[in-house]
Amino acid sequence: MTRAWMLPAAAAAAAAGVALFASSYGVTLASFVLLYATVALGLTLMTGFAGLISFGQAAFVGIGAYAAGYLAVAHGVPGWLTLPASVALATLAAAGIGALTLSMGGHYLSLATLAWGVVVYYGLGIVAPLGGFNGLSGIPALTLFGVDFASGRSMFCLIAGGFALAFWLVRNLLDSRVGRAVRALRAGADLPEAFGAHAFRLKVAVFCTAAGLAGMAGWLYASMQRFLNPTPFGLQMSIEYLFMAVMGGVGALWGALAGAGLVVVLKQVLQDVLPALLGRSGNFEMAVFGVLMLVILARANAGLWPLLTRFARGRRLGTGAAAKAAGRPSDAIPWLAPRPRVRDVAGEVLLRVDDVEKRFGGLVAVNRVSFEVRAGEITALLGPNGAGKSTMFNLITGLLGASHGAILLRGQRIDALGARRVAARGVARTFQHVRLVADMSVLDNAALGCHLLGRNGWVRAMLRLDRREEAAIEAMALAELRRCGLDDLAQASAASLPLGKQRILEIARALCARPQLLLLDEPAAGLRHQEKQTLAALLKQLRGEGVTVLIVDHDMEFIMDIADRLVVMQFGQKIAEGEAQAVRDDPRVQQAYLGGAA
Amino acid sequence: MDMQIFGLLVQDGLASGAVYVLLALALVMVFTVTRIVFVPQGEFVTCSVLTIAAFQQGHAPGLAAPVAAAALLACGMEAAERVRQRNLAGLGARLLLLGAWPLAACAFAWFGVGAGSPAWMQTAAAVALVTAMGPLIYRTVFRPMGHASPLVLLVAAIALHFVLVALGLYVFGPEGSRLPGFELPADLLAGLPVAPQTAAVVAASAALVCVFFAFFGHTLSGKALRATAVCRDGARLVGISPDQSGELALTIAAFIGAVSGVLIGPFTTIYYDSGFLLALKGFVGAIVGGLSGYVLAAAGSLVVGLLEAFSSYGASAAKEIIVFALIVPLLLWRSLADPHSQEAQ
Repeated sequence: MTRAWMLPAAAAAAAAGVALFASSYGVTLASFVLLYATVALGLTLMTGFAGLISFGQAAFVGIGAYAAGYLAVAHGVPGWLTLPASVALATLAAAGIGALTLSMGGHYLSLATLAWGVVVYYGLGIVAPLGGFNGLSGIPALTLFGVDFASGRSMFCLIAGGFALAFWLVRNLLDSRVGRAVRALRAGADLPEAFGAHAFRLKVAVFCTAAGLAGMAGWLYASMQRFLNPTPFGLQMSIEYLFMAVMGGVGALWGALAGAGLVVVLKQVLQDVLPALLGRSGNFEMAVFGVLMLVILARANAGLWPLLTRFARGRRLGTGAAAKAAGRPSDAIPWLAPRPRVRDVAGEVLLRVDDVEKRFGGLVAVNRVSFEVRAGEITALLGPNGAGKSTMFNLITGLLGASHGAILLRGQRIDALGARRVAARGVARTFQHVRLVADMSVLDNAALGCHLLGRNGWVRAMLRLDRREEAAIEAMALAELRRCGLDDLAQASAASLPLGKQRILEIARALCARPQLLLLDEPAAGLRHQEKQTLAALLKQLRGEGVTVLIVDHDMEFIMDIADRLVVMQFGQKIAEGEAQAVRDDPRVQQAYLGGAA
Repeated sequence: MDMQIFGLLVQDGLASGAVYVLLALALVMVFTVTRIVFVPQGEFVTCSVLTIAAFQQGHAPGLAAPVAAAALLACGMEAAERVRQRNLAGLGARLLLLGAWPLAACAFAWFGVGAGSPAWMQTAAAVALVTAMGPLIYRTVFRPMGHASPLVLLVAAIALHFVLVALGLYVFGPEGSRLPGFELPADLLAGLPVAPQTAAVVAASAALVCVFFAFFGHTLSGKALRATAVCRDGARLVGISPDQSGELALTIAAFIGAVSGVLIGPFTTIYYDSGFLLALKGFVGAIVGGLSGYVLAAAGSLVVGLLEAFSSYGASAAKEIIVFALIVPLLLWRSLADPHSQEAQ
């Protein structure tokens, strides 16, 4: 048995122990822990991995619970058939809210979920067919093949199964092509976009998945309690779910379970102790949870789970398939086979920037600049600070639209396509300030670059039907790491690399996209001499292998060592273009760099 | 609906709208200066109303004890931080600001005011006490979080909200209170179809809004806050401390919340947990301005007040639903009007 299976096995054994030996009070408590943990799991996925926060998860639980209760009571639908309705309704509600708010800043989604939590709570209270604030009673117990799920123990088994399913689905999701793109969201939406992932759709899908889990938890809740009123679906419960996720630690999925256990048990204890201590009755435990939260947030603690695992380091998501996959040829999957692409004729014009202008209000950042990048060469875009290099870079990668002129890749216009579609045309980039997913392995970071080559989507990833493609992708990523000399570090976490290796990892990630054109944004900035030499050697090697590179930089020495052709900009205008040596001897270039002293 | 009812509903809506305007302005100011979506803004309102009610009923002002405790905690944190940094210059002044003023407000409320005191003295003591909460909250809760993202600050604000609500329950108990109306001359506005109470609320709110804008437009502190709102790092470069701006912003927010309580107290019964819905309505208004525009936020809040008044006439059970459901079309409009708000983060 490998270590990866030890935790699930221990959890299953603990659940079996509870089901067989615990008192009925213990079984009820454990049922609530797992039910809440299912909801908190969705929040962990949102908060810890995609950087989104919802204050309305209890409302999605309520939607799921009431869908089940209403269909069963009013229309006599058998309990099992209401599960799809519960999940679908919660997911749809999330899709609607997400579509409206996720294109804006993170706190807009949060505020919308806050308000919608309140709306759903009051709504459930006034709709007569749902029983209003008096509640909806008489929900029949689930039965399946003659087995009656009326007892607490049988419901506990069902809830444990539900949590296990949810955990399996979310874990699979994070260890997949779309999962890597989701995790990249936390480094900013333009990271997944730069490799062709649709950041907005990813966010909506994450939000819908979390809501679907909450809907399933609601269905389980309705089946267990068989009575519903709006109270457990109000704002306070939403906040408790969030507390569970944060206290358990949003960096790991098991944190959801740890947090749910902590909150449920602590709440029981506090509800006994606090009123006696304070001499008043009321839910004072929320004050204790609130203070705990504030301490966790102020101390930047990662919650309970990392404390529990401090002695069990080394386990991580997404390492399994790689070792097995190493060496397997990627053309086992037809669409991963090397693209039948136009053969580059060395010296042919690959990228043409034609009379491009970019204005920001009255400021002309790029003023009618034209140049070419030829296949199989390293072209460098040089210039002092403020010359308009970064603007030019953003124009080529599609982050900005040009005010005038055209940018053509192999004769086809790529300006005004947007970053995602430019990436799909075969332009891969690195970032000036390194953008890696810190808690993912080097291999997974590189595999993010393969995003456009894969085809498996959200559902196939959750159901783990993507293993063949995943193995091929990991083999490809490993091959690119080997090409760049990082294969020894494939399993290390990206954050543990020194800056020089992080920049090389960014290049490996870009190469994973099999680009026609590789764009490097100040790759040598901040590197030590030795690291620069390693980088230069790598770039020369890539040129030897036929890769076309455009570098934006201002480090003359580094550039002169590697570039075939130079384009020099100053104050938004091109002042020179041509063979490296000839451009360096150009008096205007020397004046731009040395202030005319030379 | 005849014209008389219409007129009454408009007045009702304007009165509550005028209070939401104040809350929305406070929320926008705190958000722009500190990036905190300050959910507990409504707790200032409830604390102020319930403290005045406690004076009137002859109870001791229970809020004084936790404020005094928070003042001591804030002083302790400040002193510990300065000792750790080996920077004791100006510590005395900071302790005076953080400790002496709140403690003086506590002492005034505890010893100086009682059931027999004039109404203005009770009001002044309550407002002073609640205003003192602002800087203490910033110093003890938000400043230790340093450069946390708006989302983390929002979670912290919500956690703080639950702490303050539980504190309110402990201090004030579960009973609600409604303040007696303002004492106004009987013949004020005689002959006009406007209730004097409503006119007083609208006038007071308008006056406070004017003071608010005068402060931001014409004082050095106000300009420092505006500078911090535009660019924290830039403000720091010219010598404005973001932390002191944060404290000042929360002080103003607490003061506005306390005054809002005085204004809304005679219109509705306030419970220890009423603050959340009040603040959320201020939010709906503030979101109209994208959490950054004062004028739009104020206009939005007036609309929220009117909408609430008319829906409580037409569909009183769905009153809260209508107001909060408004957020979705508003967000849709904001996302169309301001598609790049994400890049600004």
